[in-house]
Amino acid sequence: MSNRKEMMEREARLEQLVSELLAEAKKQGASAAEAGVSSDTGLSLTVRMGDVETIEHTRDNGLGITVYFGQSKGSASTSDLTPQAVRDSVKAACNIAKYTTEDSCSGLADAELMAKELPDLDLYHPWDIDVDAAIELGKVCEDAARSLDDRIVNSEGASLNTHAGLHVYGNSHGFVGGYPTSRHSLSCAVISQQAEAMQRDYWYTVGRAATDLELAESVGKKAAGRALGRLGARKISTREAPVIFQSDVATSLLRSFTGAIRGAALYRKSSFLLDHLDKKVFPDFVHIHENPRQLKGLGSAAFDGEGVATKAKDLVRDGMLKSYILGSYSARKLGMQTTGNAGGVRNLAIDPGELDLGALLKKMDRGLLVTEMMGHGVNMVTGDYSRGASGFWVEQGEIQYPVEEITIAGNLKQMFQQLLAVGCDEECRGNIRTGSWLIENMTIAGS
Amino acid sequence: MPDFIDIARGVLLEPAGLQESDLESVLDQLLSYRIDAADIYFQSGRIESWVLEDGIIKEGAYNIEQGAGVRAISGEKTGFAYTDELQLPALLEAAKTARAIARAGEQRSIRISKAPSTQRLYPPINPLTSLTEQEKVDLLRRVDAEARRQDPRVKQVIVSLVAAHDVVLVANTDGTLNGDVRPLVRLSVSVIVEQGERREQGAGGGGARDAFSYLIDQDRALGFARDAVNQALVNLEAEDAPAGAMTVVLGSGWPGVLLHEAIGHGLEGDFNRKGTSAFAGRIGEKVAASGCTVVDNGTLAGRRGSLNMDDEGTPTQNTVLIEDGILKGYMQDRMNARLMGCASTGNGRRESYAHLPMPRMTNTYMLPGKYDPQEIISSVEKGLYAVNFGGGQVDITSGKFVFSASEAYLIEHGKVTRPVKGATLIGDGPEILTQVSMVGNDLQLDQGVGVCGKEGQSLPVGVGQPTLRIDELTVGGTNT
Repeated sequence: MSNRKEMMEREARLEQLVSELLAEAKKQGASAAEAGVSSDTGLSLTVRMGDVETIEHTRDNGLGITVYFGQSKGSASTSDLTPQAVRDSVKAACNIAKYTTEDSCSGLADAELMAKELPDLDLYHPWDIDVDAAIELGKVCEDAARSLDDRIVNSEGASLNTHAGLHVYGNSHGFVGGYPTSRHSLSCAVISQQAEAMQRDYWYTVGRAATDLELAESVGKKAAGRALGRLGARKISTREAPVIFQSDVATSLLRSFTGAIRGAALYRKSSFLLDHLDKKVFPDFVHIHENPRQLKGLGSAAFDGEGVATKAKDLVRDGMLKSYILGSYSARKLGMQTTGNAGGVRNLAIDPGELDLGALLKKMDRGLLVTEMMGHGVNMVTGDYSRGASGFWVEQGEIQYPVEEITIAGNLKQMFQQLLAVGCDEECRGNIRTGSWLIENMTIAGS
Repeated sequence: MPDFIDIARGVLLEPAGLQESDLESVLDQLLSYRIDAADIYFQSGRIESWVLEDGIIKEGAYNIEQGAGVRAISGEKTGFAYTDELQLPALLEAAKTARAIARAGEQRSIRISKAPSTQRLYPPINPLTSLTEQEKVDLLRRVDAEARRQDPRVKQVIVSLVAAHDVVLVANTDGTLNGDVRPLVRLSVSVIVEQGERREQGAGGGGARDAFSYLIDQDRALGFARDAVNQALVNLEAEDAPAGAMTVVLGSGWPGVLLHEAIGHGLEGDFNRKGTSAFAGRIGEKVAASGCTVVDNGTLAGRRGSLNMDDEGTPTQNTVLIEDGILKGYMQDRMNARLMGCASTGNGRRESYAHLPMPRMTNTYMLPGKYDPQEIISSVEKGLYAVNFGGGQVDITSGKFVFSASEAYLIEHGKVTRPVKGATLIGDGPEILTQVSMVGNDLQLDQGVGVCGKEGQSLPVGVGQPTLRIDELTVGGTNT
């Protein structure tokens, strides 16, 4: 799928399929319908201990349709795009709609909100790399990790993934839009050993264009450096202390934040940030915003999962919650307007502060630097937070030794209020951009 | 009843006009390269789900997943391609792509024959049609009513009902053709309760490889609703959980997620072949207290984690992982077994035709011991009694694992006293079972809702255990 002209032809074919789906739904009696079709091809390969381990050629097609009979709805999806499966899917969706209840909030997003212009967001940069070259790159990456230090004793390998695909969405308002995207990544995971104890760590790089990826050697070296840094990790005693979430794990705190202001969590009253609009959620210095049309952004799209135009907005300004994250269904349930977030947030960022990680450690003086978390101990209803962690103990602003097998616990609502600083050491790889977070106090459980 | 394999052939091959000779020609194409083994995995899956929320049937969805995956193995190397078109040209194309992992060799030719029919752990039915749509939505409404009937503080009830019908067929270069028809049903309930300013959640659910009747029999579905409300109401009263190392008593059943995380993943063959697991090379060593025997058993009738055959066509079995405290064996798929010089244990599983098989768990549990559960609680002066859990996670290399309690109580002077908030428990896999000082006589398996994730692939699994006393485990509460 490397050729742009071929891509445009494919896009036309998928658009055709979407309009056929919508027509079939209408024929089967639906009063409204929406459909999405996607097609993606790729290559995933892993090099381990200097030799190729797996080569996977991926080719995924998918189609989803939702039909409305008045305000009852039914949905179906299929990975099989043969005409028979497509007809069966529409039929199954229509049949389901006979049994779902009329729901006054259900239905397409309002017609006037549909995206009118679809700017090119520069998301499509297929990587014309053959299998041999990809293996070579994987070897370079893994070799850099394995040769860094004698204590790197084993490897889970280096993996290269490259995908290119198309997504087309349309609905019976007459909206149809599609765009091609690409996504490439290179990752490496290695194992260090000291005495009997083994430690694993990894690093990765990801981007829309291969030219935006971090160099293979650098990915390998960082993976190895991280695995080495964990050697000699020990458990610490139970205590209360300030905690720094290193930028790559701080992203999960922002994910918990967005999870709490999602429409579905709000109308179900299952969020610890219920009724917090225009209230202080963070300290004054915090600004959090979404930029869904960022060029080359990993979360970018010109329209959301319902065809609604996406737009940049503040979620938090001066610490105050300024917007929820809504699709049209949850918006109607809450008596509000959709924020163009059907399908989630796109390119979320918190404004960086002035301190780098070293300066943040100095500011903390004594406490815990968390570099990895384990488990899912976040209660979104109450905000109660308790997760496994590993990282480093810090005294006088300097890293002392690695720690593991501890938990960190608190309550997200309080943790947000107790955010003392955000670093300038931004994690930029994914859909969420943030520096490291310094939080005033948490409970650490250990020995 | 017809053979699974004949049903599978009828669903997967006949509509596409594929003959066994076509499968042979695909396998021959693979074997013309220097590979050790190869297989073709055909799958036709249908999933239907219904959701009730705010007292109404809010949505339903139907999913079709169909295709074939072709895998070629040469030593430690695997080539893989798949197609959603069940047609000979697409299969030959996938075979050509997959075999490129090895170099060209001499032409070999294979004759496939039906594998001997194996076990029948569940009926070869389509559970989606085991109730009418009206009966399905009525069931959801009854569960909703049951939850709301329990207590006026119940403010929100979400009930979901899911049925899956999976038909698979595996043709292998060892000449075998094997098939399976796998029904799976599940009902989940989650509730929000409110008292003044405080809101809490509770969850319940269960399922089996069976028809929907499983959920209706013995009013099981209504029981899940009561479980969910009960858990939420307990949490309304919960105080801050303690922080630090303490004695923990784990209830029977679902808390067996401990074994899944602490022991199970680390004993999967791939990690041990590669030497990346904290358990690598430790067969024969004592890794648990005497009296602890842990198995992975894919042969329990009707269980969520059970399979007649794994996704490589190997019959599942009851594999002893730890026997009376001694590490006995790993869970293997064919590739890792071959490379480690042993036999597959029937643990080669994959999420779908578009994913590669790996060693995975089925139903993992500890066998019962001699203690009455009450006796175990009475033995604890001060500690935590955790009876329900959310998910967990493990770092198989360092051996550190977590699992998060969603319903727990303090034990004070040998008695269960006050409920405490959910907290994450963290420990060390190879060490934790040496801390087990009492094993209860009350083995229970979970209700049938478990999902295990590994390398991006999700699979249904089961866990279980009797009540266990763990002398020391770190509890991640906030109360120091």
